[in-house]
Amino acid sequence: MSKSSPFVRYENVQKSYDGETLVVKNLNLDIAKGEFVTMLGPSGSGKTTCLMMLAGFETATHGNIMLDGKPINNIPPHKRGIGMVFQNYALFPHMTVNENLAFPLSVRKMNKAEIEEKVRFALDMVQMVQFGDRRPGQLSGGQQQRVALARALVFQPELILMDEPLGALDKQLREHMQYEIKHIHESLGVTVVYVTHDQSEALTMSNRIAVFDDGIIQQLADPVTLYEKPENSFVAQFIGENNKLSGTVSSISKTAAVVDLGKFGNIQATAVNVAKGDKTTISLRPERIVFSAKKPSMAKPSLPAKVMELIYLGDHIRCRLSVAGNDEFIVKVPNASVSADLKPGVGGYVSWKTEDCRALDLAT
Amino acid sequence: MSTSEHTAEILTQDGVPLKVSLRRSQRRVKTRAFMLVFPLLAFITISFLVPIGSLFTRSVDDSLVNQVLPRTFAIYDTWDGQSIPDEPLFEAMYLDIKAADRVAIGRVSSRMNYEKSGWKSLLKKTARKLVDVESGPYKDQMIEIHKRWNEIEYWQSLSAMKDPLTAGYYLNSVDLKYGYDKTVIAQPENRQVYILLWKRTLLVSLMVTVFCLFLGYPVAHLLATLPVSKSNLLMICVLIPFWTSLLVRIVAWMVMLQQEGVVNDTLVFLGLPDEWRLPMMYNFTGTLIVMTQILLPFMILPIYSVMKTIPPSYMRAAQNLGATPSLAFVRVYLPQTLPGVGAGAILVFIVAIGYYITPELVGGKDGRLIGNFIAFHMQNTLNWGLAAAMGVVLLAGILILYWLYDKIVGIDNMKMG
Repeated sequence: MSKSSPFVRYENVQKSYDGETLVVKNLNLDIAKGEFVTMLGPSGSGKTTCLMMLAGFETATHGNIMLDGKPINNIPPHKRGIGMVFQNYALFPHMTVNENLAFPLSVRKMNKAEIEEKVRFALDMVQMVQFGDRRPGQLSGGQQQRVALARALVFQPELILMDEPLGALDKQLREHMQYEIKHIHESLGVTVVYVTHDQSEALTMSNRIAVFDDGIIQQLADPVTLYEKPENSFVAQFIGENNKLSGTVSSISKTAAVVDLGKFGNIQATAVNVAKGDKTTISLRPERIVFSAKKPSMAKPSLPAKVMELIYLGDHIRCRLSVAGNDEFIVKVPNASVSADLKPGVGGYVSWKTEDCRALDLAT
Repeated sequence: MSTSEHTAEILTQDGVPLKVSLRRSQRRVKTRAFMLVFPLLAFITISFLVPIGSLFTRSVDDSLVNQVLPRTFAIYDTWDGQSIPDEPLFEAMYLDIKAADRVAIGRVSSRMNYEKSGWKSLLKKTARKLVDVESGPYKDQMIEIHKRWNEIEYWQSLSAMKDPLTAGYYLNSVDLKYGYDKTVIAQPENRQVYILLWKRTLLVSLMVTVFCLFLGYPVAHLLATLPVSKSNLLMICVLIPFWTSLLVRIVAWMVMLQQEGVVNDTLVFLGLPDEWRLPMMYNFTGTLIVMTQILLPFMILPIYSVMKTIPPSYMRAAQNLGATPSLAFVRVYLPQTLPGVGAGAILVFIVAIGYYITPELVGGKDGRLIGNFIAFHMQNTLNWGLAAAMGVVLLAGILILYWLYDKIVGIDNMKMG
C-alpha cells in the first residue's frame, strides 16, 4: 500500500433501495489505516447502510468502495476479511463462547492448537476467559458484548466494523465499554469504523467523526472541531447542547458578521458559510455563556435576559432564560459560581466571546 | 420446605400462621382455575383415558372361554396332553356345552376359532346334536357327533385359552401364537401377515417424514424470510389445502394419478407409449404421494415458527466471519432450526404411523397399513382383542419414540409454534 492511498475509500457512493429515493447521496470518505472513524447520525440518515456496504451485505448502487487500494464491490462478504460487531451481537446461541470464537478460525482451516491459543488470547483481551464454556444465553448483556468484540478480533482482521454495539447496554456499562473499546483500538492498532446515534459515544472514542443526515456527510472532523466549530446548524444541534437565535446578516467582514436580531438589536458573531443578507441561525453553547445581573463591558457581546426556571443538577445548575424572544435559552452555571441573586423572575444580561457565537445557515 | 423445620413459624398480624393465611387467600383462585379446566378434564377422561383403558384390558382379556367351559378347565391339567383324553374330560366338556346357551356358544366358538380354525363348526354342531345325548359315557357319543373330538390338536389348543389373561392377541399381532402348553411358536407361513404390515407401516411413515422434511424445509425458509406481502400469499397456499376436506384432496389425487388420470394422459401426450402408463394409484406409491401432500403442513408450520425467531444477522455474522453461504447454513442456521425439524418430524411420523383413511382409499393391496387392519378386525372379523392389541402396540411404539426423542433432543427443545 502506498502512503498516499487510504485504507478504506468510499468513492462517489450512492445507494437506493427502491430506485426512487437515494438513501446515501454521493458519499466520499477516506479512512486511514489505524484510524477510529465514527459515522454518527439520527436513524434513517444512511450511516448503517454505508457500513453494510463496506461489510458486503448491501451493494452500492453507484460508485466504488476500496479496501487497501482494491475495489471490493464484487467480493462476497466472506472473502473480505473484515471483523464486525453486530447490533444485537449475533452470537450463535447453539455454540459455547469458545466455539463462537473458534468459528472464524475453523472456517479458515487452522489447526486445533492454534485455534485454542488464539481463542484464549482474544478472550483474555476482554477478560472473559473463565466464561469460555458458557452459552451466550447464560451471559449478561455486557458479557455478550465482550464476547462479540472478541469474536470480531480473534481472526486478526485489519478492519473492524461496529454497528451500534453498545445500544442495548445500560448507561454505566456503556461508558465503561467505550473506554475498553478505545483501549483495545489503541493497543491493537486496527482500523475501526463505528456507527452510532449517540453523540457522547462518538466524542469519547473517535479520531474523526462523520456526521450523517439525509444521506449526506454534514461534517467530517475530529471531536474537538466538531463540538467547538460546527459547520452548520444541524451539526451544532446534533452534537451537544445548543442555543439558537435567528436573525439576518446585516454586514460581514473577514470572519466576523453583524447579525440583526430585529427589535432585539445587533450582535457580533463569527461567520460560517454565510453571506450578507442571509437569514442565519446563531449557535451558542450553554456552558460558554455567562449570566450577570449588571451589563458587562462593551467588549463582549451581550443581550438582556430574564431567568425563567432553575434546575439543580448537582455539579451545575441549568438556568432557563428568556433571551431575544427565545424562552428555551439555556445557560449552565457551575455549582461553585452561583450567586444568591440568581432566582426565577430576576432580570440581567447574558454575554459570551465572539468566537463562541457562530452564525450558521438557517436551521430547519 | 426444609427451612421451616428449624425456623419458627411465621405468623400474620392477627396470629394466624402465614401458610394458613396464604392457602386461604389462594383457595378462591385455585377453585376457579379448577372449575375452568374441569370440562376439559372430564371430556379427556371420558373420551380418551377410559377408552384407552378399555382398549388395554380388552387386548389381554380372555375370560370368555373360562366362563363358558369352567368344568373342562377345572380338570384340564390332569390330562397328560399326549393322547386323546379319557371320559372325565369328555364329561366335563359335555356338561359345559349343555349348560351354555346358544349366544354364549356362538361367541365362545368364534374366540376358539382364532386359536385353531375348526372349533366353530365343531362346537356349534356338537351343541346342536348334544340335545339327544342323555347319559354317559360321553366320549364315544361325542366323537360320533364330530370326529374332531378325536383329534388331539383341538384338545391341545385349549391350553392357550385356559388363563383368563392372555398375551395371545399380542403374539398374534406379530405373527406368533401359542402352541401346546403355552410355548410360543410362529404362525403357519400362510397366516403370516402382520410383521410385513408393521414393516410397511414404519417404512411409509419414515419415507413420508423424510419427503415432508425435504419438501417443507425450503418452503418454511421462504415463509420466514420473504417480505410480508409475499409470505402471506405463500402461507395461504400452505393453509388452504390444510383446510380443505381430506376426502376432496384424496379424490383430487385420484383424478391426477390414476391409470387414465391427468398425469398419465399428459405423459402419453408427450410421447410415452400407452402401455407404459405409470401405476401411481392404488398401490404403495399412491399412499406415499398422497400422505406426503396431506401431512406437509404439519412439517412446515413448526419449522416455520422456529425459523421466524432466527434473526438474519446470524447468517450475516457467519459470512462476515469467513464462512461461505453454504457453510454458514450448515453450521449456523441449520442447527438453530433443529427444534422445529424435530417437532415437525415427530408430528408427521406419529400421524402417519396411525394413518387410516388415505391408505384405505388410495393404497390398493400393497399400500395398506396397520391402521387399516385394526379397522378391518374391528368391523369385519369382530376380533376386537386383536384390534386392541395392535392399537396398544402402536401406542407403545409412539411412546417409545417420544421417549427416545426426549433422550436425544429433549422435549423442552421442541417448538410447536
